[in-house]
Amino acid sequence: MTSAVDTQLRADLRGFRAVQRLAYECAESVAARLKPGVTEREAARMQRDWLRARGVRDWFHLPFAWFGDRTAFAGFRVPLQFFPTSRRLEPGMPFILDMAPVHQGFTADIGYSGCLGLNPVHDRLLSDLEAHRDLILREVRERRPLREIYQDVERLMRHQGHLNRHRAYPFGVIAHKVDRVAERRWSPTVFGFGTQSLKGLASDAVHGHRDGWSPLWSPYRFSDHPPQPGLWAVEPHLGFRGTGAKFEELLVVTDSRDPEQSAFWLDDDLPHVRRWTEERAAA
Amino acid sequence: MTLQDARERWVRTGGVELCVTEAGDPARPTVVLVHGYPDSKEVWSEVTDRLRDTFHVVLYDVRGHGRSTAPTPLRGGFTLEKLTDDFLAVIDTVSPDKPVHVVGHDWGSVQSWEFVTVKRTEGRIASFTSMSGPSLDHFGHWIKKRMSRPTPRRTAQLLGQGAKSWYVYMLHTPVLPELAWRGPLGTQWPKILGRLEKVTPGDYPTGSLREDAAHGAWLYRDNVRARLSHPRPDAYAHAPVQLITPTGDSFLSPRLYDELDQWVPQLLRRQLAAKHWVPRTRPDQLASWISDFVTRHEDLGPGGTSATVDSATRPTARPGPHAEHFGGRLVLVTGAASGIGRATAFAFAEAGARVIAVDRDADGVARTADLARLVGAPEAWAETTDVSDEQAMEKLAEKVAAEYGVVDVLVNNAGIGLSGSFFTTTSEDWKKVLDVNLWGVIHGCRIFGRQMAERGQGGHIVNTASAAAYQPSKALPAYSTSKAAVLMLSECLRAELASQDIGVTAICPGFVNTNITSTARFTGVDETEQKRRQRRASRLYGMRNYPPEKVADAILRSIVRNQAVVPVTPEARGARFMSRFTPRALRAVARTEPPL
Repeated sequence: MTSAVDTQLRADLRGFRAVQRLAYECAESVAARLKPGVTEREAARMQRDWLRARGVRDWFHLPFAWFGDRTAFAGFRVPLQFFPTSRRLEPGMPFILDMAPVHQGFTADIGYSGCLGLNPVHDRLLSDLEAHRDLILREVRERRPLREIYQDVERLMRHQGHLNRHRAYPFGVIAHKVDRVAERRWSPTVFGFGTQSLKGLASDAVHGHRDGWSPLWSPYRFSDHPPQPGLWAVEPHLGFRGTGAKFEELLVVTDSRDPEQSAFWLDDDLPHVRRWTEERAAA
Repeated sequence: MTLQDARERWVRTGGVELCVTEAGDPARPTVVLVHGYPDSKEVWSEVTDRLRDTFHVVLYDVRGHGRSTAPTPLRGGFTLEKLTDDFLAVIDTVSPDKPVHVVGHDWGSVQSWEFVTVKRTEGRIASFTSMSGPSLDHFGHWIKKRMSRPTPRRTAQLLGQGAKSWYVYMLHTPVLPELAWRGPLGTQWPKILGRLEKVTPGDYPTGSLREDAAHGAWLYRDNVRARLSHPRPDAYAHAPVQLITPTGDSFLSPRLYDELDQWVPQLLRRQLAAKHWVPRTRPDQLASWISDFVTRHEDLGPGGTSATVDSATRPTARPGPHAEHFGGRLVLVTGAASGIGRATAFAFAEAGARVIAVDRDADGVARTADLARLVGAPEAWAETTDVSDEQAMEKLAEKVAAEYGVVDVLVNNAGIGLSGSFFTTTSEDWKKVLDVNLWGVIHGCRIFGRQMAERGQGGHIVNTASAAAYQPSKALPAYSTSKAAVLMLSECLRAELASQDIGVTAICPGFVNTNITSTARFTGVDETEQKRRQRRASRLYGMRNYPPEKVADAILRSIVRNQAVVPVTPEARGARFMSRFTPRALRAVARTEPPL
């Protein structure tokens, strides 16, 4: 019985890993094609087209693109401001591509930070994100309440001299649960979010509400519970004086007793992780 | 007179003999300093002293001034064309092969504008630093624009500058100016300069003042009417220009330069809180800005595009809103490892200032300095010092003066929080909070303020007080007392230092989302309750979520405007208003228990 569950889980993880890789491939391919003068709308469309051409039919959310100080969500007050605008990319500008495709029923949600040309501030932000990836994994393995982990991440950001910009996301979430999604022929989106995925999230929210957990990892009381098994799309987002950087990837949480197995990053071969490894090798 | 040990030579041109002085190694980049009216080249003596080690400094007396001879007849002998001839003759002698860097003050700047905008000097000028002297052509277009389409704002600008130009009208009257200068005005001039412009008497003005001023009247008569009525349409600068605008200039409105960008493709703006005679009153700052600018354009050669090179080396360095004012200046911020201090250090860094970050927390302050360099500070240093430790502060001041220079802006920001009833606050608690919040400020003002005052070239001190300085509260007796003391100290110091052009500002932030809440001490409660209150206070401040960056912006703004007391958050402003007009209501607020 256990082995059947394990096999199923492993197969599922393979599916999630494949779509996450696909999404990161898309991000790298689009990032390589970004040139001065490209608008956020065009960048978002490039992501959409690239993924559509590779069989993506449904979305957790449609691709976003943020350029310049919009990477730090400067002056964001209403959620509509997250949607791509006609802001044009300029040399030295940071950008973030954020997409959540659903492929063969598996969801990925990734964030890719880059910049056009040299930008030392952006480089520093990306390097500083490494500590957050480690911190989150460590504390999840310790089964600390999500709200406390959130506060620890925020404290680390403040210590680093940065601002917590994931607070700008709906409900201020640093992460949210993702799951398998039923494949339908018609998969509409509402305000950029796929209805199937929203349904999954809502049902999680209802179940979680009964059992005392929430699919949204926020600074609020409803996240005052230990990590819930499942897949979490974790997206710490740093901001520093008009420059923002984030990564987003899936964290697998299980109910295993073994700390190593209780939580792990779905994939360690991702652009930002490779970058840190290279940095360390260079140093 | 320090120019005496410089080399002197004479250049004969167009019927006059010009007295030229050179200092420094001729192999170095040549910087030509051109004096104004009614001055002679000695106006530059202080600046020359500071530049001669790095550059080949050349000064000359403009025709009819100092030891240069005057043309005969005087009328028609001072046109800008002739002044350009003189300039070319001088630079052909002192630097025949390489283009020179020109620096002009007052009329020296007016004529240098002519030099950089006419064809025949193209390729001979590598850069131009202008202070207090607009191009007459640009000025002419400026007036024309305002006359032909007089909006209320433009009319006000026109009238404002018209009133500041009173002396120009006077100088156009025949004979009288000469009589006045040779008579009582000449005698009184050093005193007038001392009183109105705070120019300390010494080797300047020189004995030739009366003749300089009398001859120089022809600078105005020969050029002003002609150029203002018929400005050249093609007065575009062919060299990069650094414009230094003294904000307190009694003769020139800063608005004159509003449209300068259309004439100068490579313009760098600087602002200085000073009056007209900056070469006498602010030599340090001028020398440092001139050095920077010359060095930058010397590396590139003439016509080098500084913008692209800058953006290649520091692509993210967007100049902050106050870059004109703080670029290259030395700023010291205490309590810079977190919160308002850190945000202030970054704001100054973004404006291009050189930043010294001071804090007890070595890691935090190193991080601040590190990031400050990334966002645009040309230099940033971290210093680990406890502001309440007088000896440590003395040591720091010595080190700063020796290694970095005299600070231009001092921000005494370090502070700690302490809350609790008066009767549970022990004398130890009192000592701690007063040591940091009050004595820290006193040490800073005394030690660094003295350096500033002794230098005598202005500066600014910002002390972080608090809204609690005027908002009493039963929960914060010690903290409020310390901050009220800081507020009053700032006001008194402002009065004392006003005569030395050093501004003092007290900042009263209010509830700002920093970690002062998580490090604050709550008296009269046990450890767990203490922790609980810290968390609760942090949460409340987090919900209020007023960012320290906004306080930092207020600090920079208050320095530019030289404000005395600056409440920042709306609640701080409200409390300030109430403390003045409805103090009883404020006292009622003071009795309420804070929701902790």
